[in-house]
Amino acid sequence: MIAAIEPSWYLIIASLLFAIGAFGLLVRRNPLQMFMCIELMLNAANLTFVAFATSLGDINGQTAVFFVMVVAAAEVVVGLGILVSILRRRPGATADDLAELKG
Amino acid sequence: MMLQQVDPTLDPNFEPEVLWFALSPILVLVGGALFLLVVGALTPKWPKGLSAFCSATTAGTAGVLAIVNWDDISDRGPQTLVAGALAFDKFAMWATIVITVSVLLVSLLTDEFIRDTPNDGPEVYALYLVAAAGGIVMASANDLIVLFLGLETLSLALYVLAASNRRSDPSAESGLKYFVLGGFASAFFLYGIALVYGGTGSTNIGEMVTAIGNTPAGDNDALVLAGIALLVVGLGFKVAAAPFHIWAPDVYQGAPSPVTAFMASAGKAAAFGAVTRVLVSGLPSFRDDWQPIIVVLAVLSLVVGAVLSVVQTNVKRMLAYSSVSHAGFLLVGVEAAAHTAGDATPGFGISSVQLYSLLYAVLVIGSFGVVTVVAGTRDASLASFNGLAKRKPLLAVAFTIFLLAQAGVPFTSGFVAKFGVIRAGINEESYALAIIAMVTAVITAFVYLRIMLSMWLRDADDEAPAVSVPFSAGVAIAIAATFTLAAGLYPAPLIELTESIRLVR
Repeated sequence: MIAAIEPSWYLIIASLLFAIGAFGLLVRRNPLQMFMCIELMLNAANLTFVAFATSLGDINGQTAVFFVMVVAAAEVVVGLGILVSILRRRPGATADDLAELKG
Repeated sequence: MMLQQVDPTLDPNFEPEVLWFALSPILVLVGGALFLLVVGALTPKWPKGLSAFCSATTAGTAGVLAIVNWDDISDRGPQTLVAGALAFDKFAMWATIVITVSVLLVSLLTDEFIRDTPNDGPEVYALYLVAAAGGIVMASANDLIVLFLGLETLSLALYVLAASNRRSDPSAESGLKYFVLGGFASAFFLYGIALVYGGTGSTNIGEMVTAIGNTPAGDNDALVLAGIALLVVGLGFKVAAAPFHIWAPDVYQGAPSPVTAFMASAGKAAAFGAVTRVLVSGLPSFRDDWQPIIVVLAVLSLVVGAVLSVVQTNVKRMLAYSSVSHAGFLLVGVEAAAHTAGDATPGFGISSVQLYSLLYAVLVIGSFGVVTVVAGTRDASLASFNGLAKRKPLLAVAFTIFLLAQAGVPFTSGFVAKFGVIRAGINEESYALAIIAMVTAVITAFVYLRIMLSMWLRDADDEAPAVSVPFSAGVAIAIAATFTLAAGLYPAPLIELTESIRLVR
């Protein structure tokens, strides 16, 4: 017999995704991969919202996800814009190369 | 009893009632931004200074509307707007006034700074206005998702503004650093909202508080507590409180100086608005759990900000670390508010935080305004301020006023601000925190004295570039200096106004 998939499973998956994203952001040195890690973290939060919305029987958690998707899209646009303007001046720059400001 | 009431939101034809006039400050700012972008794109090159004028006028209009709304609230009492999504109270209106004043002054500063550079045009001003609208939504949100949207609107505009000087590598670098760390913080914040939603069944602050009150203690506490931890991490990044301040010095240094002024003023006011909404208004029954975290953040910010500002050689970095220490002072006020969160009679906590954010916003814009004028797009090293008193005496006097105010010397607005938060802390018997705040204030005073020494006692290098004060920037600095002195000499009306500030949920 196959056990029903409990909402808590989704919560565990989401927390794992969030941890992977956070860890990746800290260890990756390629700015594009860092962006992808942020997206992963945002989507982990989305999954949490949907899982809770299902278990609570409340639609508001699902509408929140749509807002977050719009925000994530806007964030990608801004992030890629900044990245393109950097890479035009310094092709192939990694996060370690961007260390002019320190002290 | 509750079951018999039909929820009006279930009716398919239900439309939330919208009080348009209460929303007018936000609408004016967004409208002004769209106007600048659309008309700026469709018409040939504008006369010099027109974009800055439009931006300042828009912000001024929004500020006046906020004052009218403040009177409305005094007469008719606070309420929630747009089906409970936004709070319409004095707290929100005060934050609106602080943010619009910041936009007004920063627009004046920016005008000549970007003139005759490729960045000249309406875009920067449109971004200021959009960021201001986002900041106001943050400080008046009564729903965590709405607060998140406001936070992202503010942050995305600030990322672009930080990177807006396309010819400068430090500017681009600061934009990317701010973006990556800001995105990281936003993700923490959002995950925190999701967990609190799971624990309480709603993202609306009013419904959250009711739900927490109705559930027996301990039922969903684990989820909410984990959510609070993540929310505090996200908010800590936004207010630049230690240990989440690492982005602040780099971003403050790399971003164009007027943008730095905007981040330190409007950005901080909005972020502290969000802190108050989320913790004091939204999670009062957990105040015993989040209050110790605020204490730790406050102590760390005060100490780290004070100690690290001493070892800097760049004035913008010094001011960045001093802004971390100011965040610590504001957190002392938040800590005081924690003691009475959710009580019928609020202490001085919230009002002292709001007073601090107005006074600090004006004096930090003045400080970075002087840095804008003196250093321009060059590196703002301490040596570039050598002999400023001989080259530009009035500018040196203004900067001295701002620095004394930052140090919290009596008869300046900085003293009133610091006195307010420390009094609020003492009132709630947080003596240790108040003492640490006062001791670190002495350490930071050393930094401000160092800048003053190089202005008044050192001689300028022979090849030092000439300093010219553009008219509009001069006006902004003069307004800020006058306000800093006036508020320091006669603070009673401002204190009285802030003490009527209440939160509604």
